[in-house]
Amino acid sequence: MAKTYNAGVKEYRETYWMPEYTPAETDILACFKITPQAGVPREEVAAAVAAESSTGTWTTVWTDLLTDLDYYKGRAYAIEDVPGDDTCFYAFVAYPIDLFEEGSVVNVLTSLVGNVFGFKALRALRLEDIRFPVAYVMTCNGPPQGIQVERDIMNKYGRPLLGCTIKPKLGLSAKNYGRACYEGLRGGLDFTKDDENVNSQPFMRWKHRFDFVMEAILKAEAETGERKGHYLNVTAPTADEMMRRAEYAKEIGAPIIMHDYLTGGLSANTQLAQWCQRNGMLLHIHRAMHAVLDRNPHHGIHFRVLTKILRLSGGDHLHSGTVVGKLEGDRDATLGWIDIMRDSFIKEDRSRGIFFDQDWGSMPGVIPVASGGIHVWHMPALVNIFGDDSVLQFGGGTLGHPWGNAAGAAANRVAVEACVEARNQGRELEKEGKDILTNAAKHSPELKAAMETWKEIKFEFDTVDKLDVSHK
Amino acid sequence: MSDMQDYASSLEDVNSRKFETFSYLPSMSNDQIRKQIEYIVSKGWNPGIEHTEPQNAFQNYWYMWKLPMFGETDVDAILAECEACHKAHPNNHVRLLGFDNFAQSAGASMVIYRGKPV
Repeated sequence: MAKTYNAGVKEYRETYWMPEYTPAETDILACFKITPQAGVPREEVAAAVAAESSTGTWTTVWTDLLTDLDYYKGRAYAIEDVPGDDTCFYAFVAYPIDLFEEGSVVNVLTSLVGNVFGFKALRALRLEDIRFPVAYVMTCNGPPQGIQVERDIMNKYGRPLLGCTIKPKLGLSAKNYGRACYEGLRGGLDFTKDDENVNSQPFMRWKHRFDFVMEAILKAEAETGERKGHYLNVTAPTADEMMRRAEYAKEIGAPIIMHDYLTGGLSANTQLAQWCQRNGMLLHIHRAMHAVLDRNPHHGIHFRVLTKILRLSGGDHLHSGTVVGKLEGDRDATLGWIDIMRDSFIKEDRSRGIFFDQDWGSMPGVIPVASGGIHVWHMPALVNIFGDDSVLQFGGGTLGHPWGNAAGAAANRVAVEACVEARNQGRELEKEGKDILTNAAKHSPELKAAMETWKEIKFEFDTVDKLDVSHK
Repeated sequence: MSDMQDYASSLEDVNSRKFETFSYLPSMSNDQIRKQIEYIVSKGWNPGIEHTEPQNAFQNYWYMWKLPMFGETDVDAILAECEACHKAHPNNHVRLLGFDNFAQSAGASMVIYRGKPV
């Protein structure tokens, strides 16, 4: 029996609240944390979010009747309390897969975090998690190479990789910059890194940087007999220019390039990742702007969602936070999104903020990068938290060594190897860390000097964005 | 400046050449090697031994010493193979690997006997 057209405003819940709905295996599922305006019922707000992030608009339109809206609509299918916070609640919404273009995280985000975030019936809205069905995952390109391929390309096995961001962030000439890279690499680092805001400024144009850094890599490789890389940042004002820089990096033999996926944009990132895959290049991903989106516990997009988006869009490394350094990051939540980066199947686990099972099928993993205010004393905890499939990145913790970058790099390299050896022997790193490092320093004056330099530095502030747990 | 140390490493000095994991630590004792073998076995990885002339260490393919020891969990037997390879090639680097067939990667890889630097 065909429906008749009745103009006017209906309550959202009449159409979009479906507590009896069982999500299909192919649905994209979302968990929102909703802070409603006073007096609006939860079901109505949840339905409004489902409507505004899918097919709905504020009033009935005749063209609704030209399609099978009951198939295409988003469905709010469950509501839950947020532990320890009465101002908000979780709403779970299922979207049929046909709502989204294949292989387009851009399209998914435009729907799920589009107009709905400015909706007046809400005081605040946060996208906590998305479940991407395997059917959708398989339409995305994903990481260009993945963890195992990176290990084979770089010849690094059985330990975390070591990196260093070159400082000062801005203002060095290309030749001096290459010097800083060379010193770090010859001292034992696997990678050095462009800071995210190093693009192609008047003080150092990109091409000069690429040339000098490549010489640094080649000489450090010849000197140490180990493989080296530098994340050449190809983030650029236009996607065309980004590709030009990427092509040049490949031409000179660089193994890895870098992109800022949020400020550079997801279309550009996906394009670059696909190019990297075709060209055998590794892709390091920085996440500038993420804290704007993910730090407020009531509004925005949780980082675990941004992590999934990146894995689909493509990148071989992604900054994950350190837990122990200068930047924000709750330990359990960080462990959760590290798994989301690396594993092929992640089970729902509310204790780590994971709302859905996530099956990545055969999509390769992303290596988490721990960077920001870490130094040798953090090494035992970092090896314990991150394990082998990680990049531990010491900027100030390398360059700030009293004897310079090479010594700083050697200190970190000795420290990471000592920690890995001890871990393999069954020792408890976070308990015995001091012993392990002190013992290793007997054979390494560089490590001894580093331990003396940084022994007093700690970063103990409380986390702003905590997992939601009951505190009553 | 007096207590600042130079970082002695150069193209000319063959002692500057490293060989990845654990090459920044002192050479391993037999007891230390044994513990790493135990780790590989405890992970369920397949132990393997490879060796090379030190001047060719940068290459991907070192010489396999026999086949990887699939399913071997006897630490003494594995250690004996390591020693046999070292004895047959005393001037070569000998590395011990733990092949993780699920990850399709080496979960562990370390030079346990160091060849003469060249």
